[in-house]
Amino acid sequence: MKESRLIKTVLFISVMAFIVAGFAFPVSAKGKLKVGFVYVSPIGDAGWTFQHDLGRIALEKNLGDNVATKYIENVPEGAEAERVIRDLAKSGHDLIFTTSFGYMNPTLKVAKLFPKKMFEHSTGYKRSKNVGTYMCRFYEGRYLTGIIAGKMTKSNTLGYVAAFPIPEVIRGINAFTLGAKSVNPDIKVKVIWINSWFDPGKEREASEALIDQGVDIVTHHTDSTAPTMTAEEKGVFAIAYHSDMSKYGANAHLTATTHVWDKYYTKVAKDVLSGTWKSEAVWGGIKEGMIKLAPISKKVPADVVALVKKTEKMISDGSFHPFHGPVKSQDGKVVVEPGKSLTDQDLLNMNYYVEGVLGNIPH
Amino acid sequence: MSADTILNILVATIAAGTPLVYAALGELVTEKSGVLNLGVEGMMLVGAISGFITMAKTGSLFLAVVCGMTAGALMSLVFAILTLYLMANQVASGLALTIFGIGLSAFMGIKYTSVALNGVPELHIPILSDIPILGRLVFSYDILIYLSLLILAGVAWFLYKTRAGTILRAIGESPKSGHALGFSVIGIRYLAVLFGGAMAGIGGVYVAVAYTPMWVEGMVAGRGWVAIALVVFATWRPLRVMVGAYLFGGVTIAQFHIQGLGIEIPSQFLSMLPYLATIAVLVIISRDKNTIRVNSPASLGITYHPENN
Repeated sequence: MKESRLIKTVLFISVMAFIVAGFAFPVSAKGKLKVGFVYVSPIGDAGWTFQHDLGRIALEKNLGDNVATKYIENVPEGAEAERVIRDLAKSGHDLIFTTSFGYMNPTLKVAKLFPKKMFEHSTGYKRSKNVGTYMCRFYEGRYLTGIIAGKMTKSNTLGYVAAFPIPEVIRGINAFTLGAKSVNPDIKVKVIWINSWFDPGKEREASEALIDQGVDIVTHHTDSTAPTMTAEEKGVFAIAYHSDMSKYGANAHLTATTHVWDKYYTKVAKDVLSGTWKSEAVWGGIKEGMIKLAPISKKVPADVVALVKKTEKMISDGSFHPFHGPVKSQDGKVVVEPGKSLTDQDLLNMNYYVEGVLGNIPH
Repeated sequence: MSADTILNILVATIAAGTPLVYAALGELVTEKSGVLNLGVEGMMLVGAISGFITMAKTGSLFLAVVCGMTAGALMSLVFAILTLYLMANQVASGLALTIFGIGLSAFMGIKYTSVALNGVPELHIPILSDIPILGRLVFSYDILIYLSLLILAGVAWFLYKTRAGTILRAIGESPKSGHALGFSVIGIRYLAVLFGGAMAGIGGVYVAVAYTPMWVEGMVAGRGWVAIALVVFATWRPLRVMVGAYLFGGVTIAQFHIQGLGIEIPSQFLSMLPYLATIAVLVIISRDKNTIRVNSPASLGITYHPENN
């Protein structure tokens, strides 16, 4: 009786030891780098998070057995995010990508607790020894799509469904307008703010309102496919954002400014594996392969496509900057002197519309 | 603002108001029988995802509507069993139903996140749809919008012109008297709650299949709550429910047009307007005791125990 109890105890302890050991040294024994991703929305079929997940899949493909990735989707920004990031760090993930602006403070907080782990936060501006930031110069893509819009419009009025009046979004509106005006000086851009990053209902209503008011090309700085779908339904053109949305608008979809994280995620993981990673502020664009245009519709004439390709190349090799002077603001004031280009600092603080955008920035 | 713009706003308004017409009519009938179901938002969401999945799988709008209504009715059946059979508190059960519906619809829709549908085409009636202005304003909507008006007329006729409608209202006023006259209070309330669920379901289907033909978690976005408010706003009168629903839809749409036209009003203020209007109307109506007394079902929200008679 006593003996069997002893055996049971020993058995129990050894089983527990195995379980604990399993948790403590999971895959690190095999030398794999565990990479964690935190997503703000479900992955879905298109959009911001979808692009990040494409990057994660590419990273797995490129580095094969050297990495194991894990993602947590639909994580609200705030207290919940901190718990998710901490769990990832605790469960042996040495590199963690947090992919939404609102994860900035939670990421820094957790990074402090795990000084040996490496964190990469997308779109933020706060860094520390083990937290780097990364984002992309989507305004370069916006400028190119503006060229297409400027050439394809018949009403000379373009529509822009915008999320929140912050420099990031305003920069995109201005780059798009400058691109369109570079080929068509009569361009006017109408902007509707919906005060949400992702709200298909509002995005649709705003797109409809724009189309009803004479806009014949709709673009958006929001997350859903609703603007493209509305354009398709109403028989006008659309230029999508984040992802190639052509399957949502076979006739409407001209192209899209897309974020491509494939190379970047692979590079960061490689740096971590080789021990050369350090905290940086990365802001990459066409040159770094972080911004690409989705395949351009057959409806766009060949000479326009050629012009876009040429401009794309010039942006890539640095011989052209979308905010190259002279640039006038909406009220006619010169904001970029002829021969000069805006600095990164100016770009990050942009709070005015350029000439050609209608209406005012809400305050 | 050109005549064309005004026409466009009006047409968009009708579509924006339609899910509210459905859901609020259902809630109106439920409340007229003396039951307060606060689960409209949850029932709409479950109806929306059920209709959406059916539409995605079969492509049949008819089946989508049937499934959405059935799903909404099943949700309301849960509520009915809780409050009418188990005598649970109606307010608490309704709130629980909403929270349950939000979760259940998200769970059912895991595989359908961001999937898009083709939408429901607008009808084109020869000759009629081609009349200038009038054709656009009256004869160019999708079939679900016309159905909502038919149901509206049906509900108004049922409540005020039929014997069954009178019985339903009588039970909402005084279940004791209804019981004394030999009517099955609980049975009639079951039917009224089920009708409310089915209507919320079809309202949800309209949002997910016709209005924004894609699935997004929580896409009903508070319309269920507005529908409940609309019933009070309309002082329990079907026609006023319609007016209120279109008014709400109109403000939602107008905020975007006003921006596009470059009128200087902060968009945040405009986003707030529909809700402000609802509160304002609620306050104004509640000040007038007579309208409330005449129109509101006297036994609304009070659990009825038949054995106490």
